[in-house]
Amino acid sequence: MFTDFFFLLKKKGVPVTITEWLSFIEALYKGYFQSSLNHLYYIGRAFLVKSEAYYDMFDLAFQEYFGGIETSPLELEKVLEWLENPLHKLPKLTPEELAEFQKKLEEFRKQHDMEELMRQFRERLKEQKERHNGGSKWIGTGGTSPFGAYGYHPGGIRVGGESWMQSAAKVAGERRFRNYRNDVILDVRQTKMALKRLRELKREGTQEELDIDETIDKTAKEGGEIELVFTRSRENTVRLILLMDTGGSMLPYTELCERLFSAASQMEHFKEFKYYFFHNCIYQDVYEDMANYKRVPTEKLFSNFHKGYKVIIVGDARMAYSELFDVNGCIDYFYTNDKPGIEWLMRIREHFPYSVWLNPTHKNFWGHYTVDTISKIFPMFELTVDGLKDAIKALTSKQKYAVRQ
Amino acid sequence: MTDTNKVYKGSDYYIASKPLMEIVNVAIALGKPLVIKGEPGTGKTLLAHSIAEALNKKLITWNIKSTTKAKDGLYVYDTVQRLNDARFKDKDISDIRQYIKLGKLGQAFKSEEQVVLLIDEIDKADIEFPNDLLNELDEMSFYIPELDEEVVAKHRPIVVITSNSEKELPDAFLRRCIFYYIEFPDEEMMEKIVRVHYPDIENKLLRETLKRFYWIREVDGLKKKPSTSELLDWIKALMIGGINADKIASEIPFLGTLLKNEQDTARFIRLSSTQQGGFGFKKRF
Repeated sequence: MFTDFFFLLKKKGVPVTITEWLSFIEALYKGYFQSSLNHLYYIGRAFLVKSEAYYDMFDLAFQEYFGGIETSPLELEKVLEWLENPLHKLPKLTPEELAEFQKKLEEFRKQHDMEELMRQFRERLKEQKERHNGGSKWIGTGGTSPFGAYGYHPGGIRVGGESWMQSAAKVAGERRFRNYRNDVILDVRQTKMALKRLRELKREGTQEELDIDETIDKTAKEGGEIELVFTRSRENTVRLILLMDTGGSMLPYTELCERLFSAASQMEHFKEFKYYFFHNCIYQDVYEDMANYKRVPTEKLFSNFHKGYKVIIVGDARMAYSELFDVNGCIDYFYTNDKPGIEWLMRIREHFPYSVWLNPTHKNFWGHYTVDTISKIFPMFELTVDGLKDAIKALTSKQKYAVRQ
Repeated sequence: MTDTNKVYKGSDYYIASKPLMEIVNVAIALGKPLVIKGEPGTGKTLLAHSIAEALNKKLITWNIKSTTKAKDGLYVYDTVQRLNDARFKDKDISDIRQYIKLGKLGQAFKSEEQVVLLIDEIDKADIEFPNDLLNELDEMSFYIPELDEEVVAKHRPIVVITSNSEKELPDAFLRRCIFYYIEFPDEEMMEKIVRVHYPDIENKLLRETLKRFYWIREVDGLKKKPSTSELLDWIKALMIGGINADKIASEIPFLGTLLKNEQDTARFIRLSSTQQGGFGFKKRF
């Protein structure tokens, strides 16, 4: 029953498992759905989707799988009714607008065969996946398509079924949970959650935590004379260095990088947290403060920080060929570099085996030659929730993370 | 299906959306834990209270903190007390039972009748915490080695688990649960919620406050968006202060009840004073 739906969910990226599917089928057989699409939508979602991040994908799958069902004759009748007498259903229009609309409607009726139109409408309704404004084909508002030229939207028409909630297909079609998707960019809180995973607990520091088990053992051995035993508490030992590109091509991502930066610096989670800036590519200096060009020699990073430090570099890795490969290739005219940027990048990777590159641009744009080259030096991840998680996995894994070849 | 007397339909002071009610009922019927997620102030915790009240069952609340261990919910063997008692000869310490104290989960299992067990803010605990409870919630039983005793639930409790998504819950745990994400209520729903708390609120006042409330929520970049409880506090303040509905349209009295963070207040005031009408945020009204 519905097994295709299971595979469709998987295809859409919902991580649904057999266990969950079976419980869902069990509920189905026990008759909790009252043969209504609404029940199926809400209860199916509760059984199969375990994070709001996947609600959107579920909506898409549901729409695709059950989408055809909701286009019932009832609905089409209503649409037809509307098209015949749309004026009283319209939002408030000025007299001019009304006149214009009426004129258009007349013209439109002359030009089109209503029955043919309904056929097309039905087809497009099925095809259409989301609310649409403007454009020339889809049904939506403010467009030039014959359908819904003045504010009609298929979601606005009640689809049969019970009256107790919005039509499931409508909810699915609205894709209200779009913003919860995991592959969208991060906010500070999500970033913090991801960064929390960046931890390696070790017992360090002074002995100030009472070790109950040891105390009992010791006390028992002493024949009941209480002997307190203290131990070191567990602490996160991760030391993090953040290197951020502030170049011109990074401007659109400033806010995103700020979020990552503020999340990392707000967290009292790391043993040590250092940050430096660079401009397009890293040469012999990095900057503590980009505003007044306060420099720190890159060499200092190697002498001051041992190889256990984890390094996250944030940048679009997109630059002119010469900036990466040439001596004196730096984009700043006042700055000369006697070693090309790529050499510095390779030295950083060599010194800090736990290093990753986060790229705020979408993977599709990584074909650029400097991006490609750099992604062969550092494991590169998208600066999204999922990308950050993977990057942190790479940073904490014991083995050196293999870069793309 | 469920017995008629067991069907949850919301309670007097709690407005549950119809899908949520359905899901609560399915969770009860199948005996599966229900995981509730949502923005703060969407009534996650209150849901458990409401279920308990509506079905006339006892509610056991287990508040999770960052230091909570799964074992705390089952039982605690107070060895230190026993050790201490052992030093003085006035107590009989041979009976271990008196040092075994059942945790909230243990209490729920041992209860003579079915209870509602609320595991509140499960995400506050360590990442591994939910996994440690897998077996106990699945089988509804656990073993106490010190007593060589198996505690088996007499009646499967109705388990409601809330999460603020501070940490993500492990997949293995979620697989065994039913999941529901409570969206922030829309204006229509909010109107009902407010009416439950203030049945005799003036229509005009209610409309104006809601309008203002959702407008403030739309301001970009607020650290903490005002939620339902802030709205209710605000309305209460307005009613006590005898503020006229018209006044709300032109200014926002008692802004402090809605925005509790200095930066947010400053940001809001800056944005709303710069250009009246052409606000720097998404227009909604």
